[in-house]
Amino acid sequence: MHNKQSWIDQRFPLTKVINEHLAEYYTPRNFNFWYFFGGLAVVMLIMQLVTGIFLTMHYKPDAEYAFASVEYIMRDVEWGWFIRYMHSTGASAFFVIIYLHMMRALLYGSYKGPRELIWILGMVLYILLLAEAFMGYVLPWGQMSFWGAQVIISLFGSVPIVGPDLLVWILGDYAVGDATLNRFFSLHVVVIPLILVVLVFLHIVALHHVGSNNPDGIEIKKNKDADGIPKDGIPFHPYFTIKDSVVVVGFLWIFCAVVFYAPALNGYFLEAPNFIEANPLKTPEHIAPLWYLTPYYSVLRAIPPLFGSQFPGVLGMFAALGVFFLLPWLDRSPVKSIRYRSPIYKWILGAFVVSFIMLGWLGVQPVTPLYVLLARIFTTLYFSFFILMPWFSTLGKTKEVPERVTG
Amino acid sequence: MRIKLKLIVGLSVLLFSVNIFAAGKVPLDHANTDIFDEASLQNGAKLFMNYCSGCHEISLMRYNRIAKDLNLTEEHVAKNLMFAGNKVGEAITTAMPEDVAAKWFGGVPPDLSLVSRSKGTDWIYTYLRSFYDDEERIFGVNNKVLVNASMPDILWSLRESQSEEEFDQSVLDITNFLDYVGEPAKLIRLKLGKWVLLFLGILFILAYMLKKEYWKDVKYGIWRPRD
Repeated sequence: MHNKQSWIDQRFPLTKVINEHLAEYYTPRNFNFWYFFGGLAVVMLIMQLVTGIFLTMHYKPDAEYAFASVEYIMRDVEWGWFIRYMHSTGASAFFVIIYLHMMRALLYGSYKGPRELIWILGMVLYILLLAEAFMGYVLPWGQMSFWGAQVIISLFGSVPIVGPDLLVWILGDYAVGDATLNRFFSLHVVVIPLILVVLVFLHIVALHHVGSNNPDGIEIKKNKDADGIPKDGIPFHPYFTIKDSVVVVGFLWIFCAVVFYAPALNGYFLEAPNFIEANPLKTPEHIAPLWYLTPYYSVLRAIPPLFGSQFPGVLGMFAALGVFFLLPWLDRSPVKSIRYRSPIYKWILGAFVVSFIMLGWLGVQPVTPLYVLLARIFTTLYFSFFILMPWFSTLGKTKEVPERVTG
Repeated sequence: MRIKLKLIVGLSVLLFSVNIFAAGKVPLDHANTDIFDEASLQNGAKLFMNYCSGCHEISLMRYNRIAKDLNLTEEHVAKNLMFAGNKVGEAITTAMPEDVAAKWFGGVPPDLSLVSRSKGTDWIYTYLRSFYDDEERIFGVNNKVLVNASMPDILWSLRESQSEEEFDQSVLDITNFLDYVGEPAKLIRLKLGKWVLLFLGILFILAYMLKKEYWKDVKYGIWRPRD
């Protein structure tokens, strides 16, 4: 065994890689609940890739057969229903995890220096994941697949001058159809997953280079012992590999409870109209994107058209996503963690979280005057959080940050 | 017929609001279905094949799958339930040509394979019990749940020969059968789910105990907090 390893090590830095990323990657000892989600996101990515591979074996990316092929998977393929429900539930679970993962960064200032690049890579991952999920939802070719795609893609048509040409270029046709389904299949199963895997790799390499943040927002590398090991760090393996295993099993318990007992989750994970095959001649009564897209959909609907063009709303929607990238430079607070931030900052962060959730909720509601007004208020609050951050992040009295991690 | 044509032709906002109104107006009765009630599923299958399958396909379902899931022999299914197909491995389709259907009903009667998933069991249960006389309509009946439905009150003979309770049970059995048809895997997943959760529950306890053991190092051992 020993000889074999050195044979490999002479040719590939295996032991070095294992040590750098596991056995000698020193992780802050004070990780809490919010630190469960990075590891879970990796598990989720693998689950989606594996179940996706098996679904691809039976799915037919053809407007004529797509819908029936999904039901064929659900009925005639051995364990097909299980694979499909894992994949469909997995998509929503992935976003639950990613939103909590991002919340962690907001709480403990993980996006602040020296972790700006980790944050940017993470944001690119998040946006790609939104695109991946959106395209994946088109593939079953149900009514919501079709009309959701129709509504979202038609937004690109509102771009001044090039809009109509851009729309045809994206669709490959003058309307959502077979050409669109085929290219979305290609993007969903090859292009985006490939980029996701590469970016996840870079996200983790960057993290392991600078080291993990922690609930106190302290750099543990500043306090090292004689051997150069951070005093507040413990090896990732075995301590966090075993801890994360417990987390993964706990997560799988909840995940399986949904897969086995409520795979449609009352229409939130699988919408009822999507059990009707796509029909270009019959618009559903109420079109709503899946829940993880709805905050941005709300922003889109909240911004009124200008000169009869929806373009401002479209810009607003993309700005709502893009503004996250600037976070490391907008936050001018001297401390990272919410534990030591000023009371006013805590209130404002709370207002932002409420705004995001409310926008998400409004995104699945029909348009009424009251809801439009609410969406406008929460859109304003949403953007105010970012625009005013350079100002309010310096306001109020911060608490003194301890030298070493606490509890 | 009228509403169907309108739906096909028009995407008008007005029509949607009317449609939503119509859908939301009638409170749906709760269909207390039980997918594990085999007698109910068998009766539902019989009623469905006798009353519904002449016009409505359940083309995502195969005869022999019903035989297997409902504990019937393939011979029994072939003899008593198979009116249109030739082989028990075939999908359950109707013999009615589409152009004829369109002429009779103003449109092809929908495939009901997934109706329990798109409309829900409460809707099916209430819809089938909500026909009333209406001379204006082509078949002399209208429906409270689906206004101006182009479907005749196909279960009328059943209703006349049965008491109200018996009829409700018959409709419930059909609803139950359609719930099963919507997702045959439900029979497997509901049964299997508790074992999966039990296994994961035990695994969680073991994993947690192992974690506690390891983390003794972190609390009191070689990786305990240092000065």
